[in-house]
Amino acid sequence: MSFTLIIFYILSAAILGCGLLAVTSAKIFRAAVYLLFSLIGIAGLFFLLENDFIAAVQIVVYVGGIVVLIIFSIFLTHRSGEQMPMPSKKRERIGFIAALAGFALAHGLIYNETFIPTHQPKIEQSVANIGSQMLDTNHFGFVLPFEVVSMLLLAAMIGAIVIAMKVKPKE
Amino acid sequence: MTEIPLQHVLFVSTALFFIGVYGFFTRKNMITMLMSVELILNSVNINFIAFNKYLFADKLDGIFFTIFIIVIAAAEAAVAIAIIINLYRSHNSIDVDETNEMKY
Repeated sequence: MSFTLIIFYILSAAILGCGLLAVTSAKIFRAAVYLLFSLIGIAGLFFLLENDFIAAVQIVVYVGGIVVLIIFSIFLTHRSGEQMPMPSKKRERIGFIAALAGFALAHGLIYNETFIPTHQPKIEQSVANIGSQMLDTNHFGFVLPFEVVSMLLLAAMIGAIVIAMKVKPKE
Repeated sequence: MTEIPLQHVLFVSTALFFIGVYGFFTRKNMITMLMSVELILNSVNINFIAFNKYLFADKLDGIFFTIFIIVIAAAEAAVAIAIIINLYRSHNSIDVDETNEMKY
């Protein structure tokens, strides 16, 4: 058993353990912190899969952006120390059975599938290659989705401002 | 580096996906449901990165999909939190069971 494999198992255990605590913890602020650690573990997994750029984006956007946003919204809407009411036993059981059945099905499919890697020469997944293909207009470039996504971000930003804006009561 | 078997990476991402599904089914608070959705999106990202690395090393498509998923998740979280704060302001609660009307 090699060193990389051991690190992979430790990271996986951290990701799954923190993820499980994030969806079962009774205190909402603790759930957010467990989610934070789970996302950091996923960034570590991306580093382990030799994808430095995505790992950095994961840390910047998820850990630095989304989790902070979630924690702010918890502070704006909750008294953060208090316990959340537990889900009803029936709902818990149904959720568990559904998740377990789905997991069994998906894992069976993965386990029986033989994956055949491509034989083309591999290209380096560096930031330079990603950037030049992202903005390429000729050969399978992603410049159109890039523009569409920028419009989507603008729309989401305006939408968030409009929704969260306080409406003045009419006289 | 390819000594991590692909099946094990896929096992982790599948388990994370269904942890998120379980949270989405059992939680009633909107912020915790949003957290479950983030876990689901992250498990999909792991899948894309792993497939791109192990099976299609001659392309970068999985990386682009991951980048766009991250962007859309960020936009979704911003809009969702704006809606949650607005809902809390008008209903004083963010339980999905108590918010059964679209207009106040």
